[in-house]
Amino acid sequence: MPATHTDKAFEQDLRDLREKLLAMGAKVEALIANSVRALTERDSPLAEKVVSADREVNRLEVEIDDLCRRILALRQPAASDLRLITTALKIVTDLERIGDLAVNLAERAMDLNMVPPLAPYVDIPRLADLAQQQVKKALDAFVSGDADKAEDVLKGDDLLDALFLKIFNELLAYMMEDSKNIRRATALMFIAKHLERIGDHAMNVAEMVIYMVRGKDVRHPRSRNLTAE
Amino acid sequence: MKHTTRKAVGLALTSLTGLAAFVIVAVIAIILLDVVRGGAANVSWAFLTQPPTDGMMGGGIFPAIFGTAALTLLMTLAVMPVGVLTALYLHEYAPPDSRMARWVRVAVANLAGVPSVVFGLFGLGFFILFVGKGLDRALGYEEMHWAQPGILWAALTLAVLTLPVVIVSTEEALRAVPLDHRTASLALGATQSQTLVRVVLPGALPGILTGAVLAISRGAGEVAPILFTGAAYFLPDLPTHLNSQFMHLGYHTYVLATQSPDVEATRPLLYATVLVLLMLTFALNLVAVIIRSRTRRKAASAGH
Amino acid sequence: MPLQSPSPRNKMEARELTLRYGSKVAIRTISLAIPEHQVTALIGPSGCGKSTFLRSLNRMNDLIPGTHHTGTILLDGTSIHDRALDVVDLRRRVGMVFQKSNPFPKSIFENVAYGLRVGGLKDKAALSARVEKSLRGAALWDEVKDRLDESALGLSGGQQQRLCIARAMAVEPEVLLMDEPASALDPIATAKIEELIHELKSTYTIAIVTHNMQQAARVSDRTAFFYMGELVECGPTEQIFTNPREKRTEDYVTGKFG
Repeated sequence: MPATHTDKAFEQDLRDLREKLLAMGAKVEALIANSVRALTERDSPLAEKVVSADREVNRLEVEIDDLCRRILALRQPAASDLRLITTALKIVTDLERIGDLAVNLAERAMDLNMVPPLAPYVDIPRLADLAQQQVKKALDAFVSGDADKAEDVLKGDDLLDALFLKIFNELLAYMMEDSKNIRRATALMFIAKHLERIGDHAMNVAEMVIYMVRGKDVRHPRSRNLTAE
Repeated sequence: MKHTTRKAVGLALTSLTGLAAFVIVAVIAIILLDVVRGGAANVSWAFLTQPPTDGMMGGGIFPAIFGTAALTLLMTLAVMPVGVLTALYLHEYAPPDSRMARWVRVAVANLAGVPSVVFGLFGLGFFILFVGKGLDRALGYEEMHWAQPGILWAALTLAVLTLPVVIVSTEEALRAVPLDHRTASLALGATQSQTLVRVVLPGALPGILTGAVLAISRGAGEVAPILFTGAAYFLPDLPTHLNSQFMHLGYHTYVLATQSPDVEATRPLLYATVLVLLMLTFALNLVAVIIRSRTRRKAASAGH
Repeated sequence: MPLQSPSPRNKMEARELTLRYGSKVAIRTISLAIPEHQVTALIGPSGCGKSTFLRSLNRMNDLIPGTHHTGTILLDGTSIHDRALDVVDLRRRVGMVFQKSNPFPKSIFENVAYGLRVGGLKDKAALSARVEKSLRGAALWDEVKDRLDESALGLSGGQQQRLCIARAMAVEPEVLLMDEPASALDPIATAKIEELIHELKSTYTIAIVTHNMQQAARVSDRTAFFYMGELVECGPTEQIFTNPREKRTEDYVTGKFG
């Protein structure tokens, strides 16, 4: 943004906020990557690291919340500043949820690592890759204030959903084939579901970014039409 | 080093200005003390209420007191309406770039600088010889009636003399009425004249009265303008008409001081007369100051 | 179909209004509507022309020598510069409250009664009734009812300003113009004035100039942003403060100006 705030302390607060959100985003991305690697490479110590690293993410969530509250109370932000703060308040929740999902995923991975694999993991890493990319893209869109990129995230979710459905059907087939598979297949199904949920959270972030940039709320177009007509 | 110089300069300035102020106060105090000491013993009820006797070597000064008071009153009646109306025109009605207003202001400033004896001659030439003669001719008086020195002409001459004081102080008073009050009045749908009558004039009244005080104290003590226009050397009768001549404290003082056959004998009378003149001016001022502070208080707490 | 609230009538409207002081342009081709029974806030940095615009609406600028204007201002569809409309009548219909509370050095009663008296109302009972009604309307009655004869100058700053609002209301105008009515008041007195503005909206059409953006955000339905004599943007207050269309508005409301 070319124009800066006359109040330099305010400017610094906003810069801090952006940086903290970026740091949190980077940590969350690493959590996703590591939790999936813990599964594919059967690396349980890495999974444990994911669990402990999530505390860092939680701490950042609290810090960002505090910072936002402070800015709201002291600076009475308006217009794009106001949209940035409200966006930040919402996306930290999404990022924190993504972190929790990565932890759940890591815990399932630890369980699975104790038994032989059901089959070579092919689609799950792809799904994880997609989810991680969605998160990354949404955060990039936030950082650069790029609503077009955020729209790409919204479109990209279909791909994620399709891949999840494919995995779901496959796992269903395993379960029908042999009831001994059910335990492992269910765990994998949970993992896939977690990844799909991560994608949903990335979409939430993207929607907030579009609001932040354009000042237009793109969420829930259906329910909005219900009240407007 | 520097600090001590600064201190010394400060001290020097303080003492210098203090000294100047002290000198003024001291001079006034000495004059007052001298007048009071010399005059107090001779100011008696009889002195205040009797006409002069013995070729002004004895008796009182009542005609001079009365004459001074009547003259000042007439002067005030003449100067206040003219002065206030002129100031109203200048401040309220004339457009700010008005050439007419500028000329009036220049004229007022020049008027204030004219020596008072010139006013005396002006009064003689204009009021008595021009206006008075004209009146006599118009009204068909055979002998001189208006075309002679009289209290009206003296009062009008003094009015011209004090006009600048009234105009300037009234304008000042009008300026002091907050613009906020005018705009508030206009914003409530008042016309300009309603605003003037209901807001501006009441607000300016204390200042206008100050102008009156200044004019009175200036006019009451002036001698030169009335020399040729109405003051009498010795006149035991009180003025009864507007064209009567009159005695005047200031002129009487002048006469006692310069025309006495026996200076030593008239000195007590002189002191007493000066004391009375001072007290009268003082009393007039005091009355006006009281009126002023009353209106101000009333304006501040005005009931309905 | 839901109930569509009918869009309010424009009580006043400026069309391509340009105003000059001598050769200096104070406001340039302003077209702005003041909708009926709404609060329209005018914001912008000092010298942006918002106060000048406000004062144009009841022709207070006429008092400043050397001003002249082009364009029109309509009140209920009639030009306020129409020969048929006397400026005194205009100011009775379009009242004004000023930045500095400026009660006359008269009693509380006389302050409120002033506009009525200059309007020719003499009846004591009618005067008293209108004074009480206005003071109640300005939420001041309970504080002053026992001392109506005392000087208005003895009131606190906030009370004085409410008195000025009562005074303006007494002549029952249709539009109230407020020029930074709370800028010299403490937060509690300000809150009372703002609360009052909310209540007055149902009776009057209000236009308010304010330097305090939060105040504009709190009290107004619509906000107009002025900058360097021009109207940059006007829209619903919520939109101006969450998502302005113009870059200059954005910079102003977020505090990025000079």
